[in-house]
Amino acid sequence: MTSLNDLTIAAAAKGLKDGKFTSEELVVAHIDVLDEKRSLNAFITETPEIAIARAKESDIRRRSGEKLGLMDGIPIAIKDLFCTENVLTTAGSHILDGFIPTYESTVTTNLRNAGAVMLGKTNLDEFAMGSANMTSYYGPVKNPWIAQSGAKKGKHLVPGGSSGGSASAVAARIVPGALGTDTGGSIRQPASFTGIVGMKPTYGRCSRWGIVAFSSSLDQAGPLTRTVEDAAIMLGAMSGHDIKDSTSVPFDVPNFTSSLLEGVEGLKIGIPKEYSMEGMPSEIEAIWSKGRSWLEDQGAECIEVSLPHTKYALPTYYIIAPAEASSNLARYDGVRYGLRVNGETLDDMFESTRGEGFGEEVRRRILIGTYVLSAGYYDAYYIKAQKVRTLIANDFKKVFEKVDLLLTPTAPSAAFSIGEKMDDPVAMYLNDIFTVPASLAGLPAISIPSGLDGDGLPLGLHLIAKPFDELSLFRTAKILELAAEFDTKPRIAT
Amino acid sequence: MTLDKKIVKNIAFLARIKVPDDSLDQISEELSDIIGWVEQLDEVVTDGVNPMTSVTELTWPRRKDLVNDGDCPEDILFNSTEPNWISDDPSKGGFFTVPKVVE
Repeated sequence: MTSLNDLTIAAAAKGLKDGKFTSEELVVAHIDVLDEKRSLNAFITETPEIAIARAKESDIRRRSGEKLGLMDGIPIAIKDLFCTENVLTTAGSHILDGFIPTYESTVTTNLRNAGAVMLGKTNLDEFAMGSANMTSYYGPVKNPWIAQSGAKKGKHLVPGGSSGGSASAVAARIVPGALGTDTGGSIRQPASFTGIVGMKPTYGRCSRWGIVAFSSSLDQAGPLTRTVEDAAIMLGAMSGHDIKDSTSVPFDVPNFTSSLLEGVEGLKIGIPKEYSMEGMPSEIEAIWSKGRSWLEDQGAECIEVSLPHTKYALPTYYIIAPAEASSNLARYDGVRYGLRVNGETLDDMFESTRGEGFGEEVRRRILIGTYVLSAGYYDAYYIKAQKVRTLIANDFKKVFEKVDLLLTPTAPSAAFSIGEKMDDPVAMYLNDIFTVPASLAGLPAISIPSGLDGDGLPLGLHLIAKPFDELSLFRTAKILELAAEFDTKPRIAT
Repeated sequence: MTLDKKIVKNIAFLARIKVPDDSLDQISEELSDIIGWVEQLDEVVTDGVNPMTSVTELTWPRRKDLVNDGDCPEDILFNSTEPNWISDDPSKGGFFTVPKVVE
């Protein structure tokens, strides 16, 4: 029998249903792996006692024939950006020292109501600002994958970011699924770097209530899993309208697994020509054209399309996201929770608390955001970016009159070494070049592990769909998953 | 646009972030690089384009404007750095405390 920690969510659910093992056994098996793989630094807070208690509750529900949830008894990890009642919530920041929410976020409440069992809170870039999990106050996370050859051999690699701890935990088989958030690529890029599936739903599909806010017009929760089916199951358990978030949509949650076997026959897939970047590694080009032929082999029609404003997406994002962040992060003042650094005057206390509590990258983005929103610059930067954002969204609208989905690479490279790109913020920002445009347009997108590069590191393919068309996204992702036959396990770094 | 030390000092004050004087040069250089890079948006013609206000073209549902929360001072003060909630001195109970603001 496969070890319990190798099971997917779907297989674990079946095993529990068939009485092959109990949730407690399943959870204990995962806690053992959590202990073994602690050196990955994937978790900020481990909650094994909570996990075992909730697993026992699930077992009781099952034995007594109660109604069971979609993920009853299945262990998961939660990105430490979601507020969890009575459990430390840090956002990877010093400024939230000791913050223990007295409430639970809507998405984690939904997962709990679906029976999922929280194993712990995962490490992340501070306030989700980063693409390498290097900005966390709690230290970098290691990617469980190691290079078999090349310049990166023998070095620890980043798992991507910001949901780096969640990605690393799923890839290392510590959990079959984890919760992430994606603002500009924070689920999809780490999924690509760690050889797993990462999905960002349409903006509004999941409630943002109780998620530590970064950029409110972009932030969305989503699942990181090892299979497309698991992503569909988990998204189903997470989504739904919430009156506490006025931007969550009042739509019924479809059965996201229902389209998985429909195939892609007759679907039109756009290949945006602007995603072919100068200097892109040939291996990325190669996996992209492989993806195209995999879809064509199954009866989809691939068409070259144009999204002319693609190159402006990243600079647009780096005005809008810092602007919103500077406003959202104004609440951290040292008065009501978290770190306080005392000062002579109130202003002195604010400045000292925020100066000490925020890390370098967060400070940088708050300053940029403050600048682009300040009197005299607001129109030149912020309003300009919002106008370009309209043009970017219109590009997508236009191509979606002709095609059903878009296929692109997820990231411009495989995972890089810990410490690389740290002295050049813009070089780090370029990681999200293929994921940011869909974020700006609020579109659902998914990264599917599709192959290995020459050094044996995973590469992902990225699909983007129309708003609220997650069903087409999942069925097409399933075809790529079947064709790629990606079943390689990471050679675990220690 | 170059963000000189004076501008950086001013936005740091607006953002209430203490920035040590000896790091102003480095921060000013980093921020200028980023601003210089985002200024490529100037190439885009945006005449007559509306700035985006929401990605979702929906009429959002409205809820009734009712009080649905409150009466939980212990919860509110639970994470307070200096809660002073359990205090024999009633003048110190149930508040957030900050440095003196008025003389």
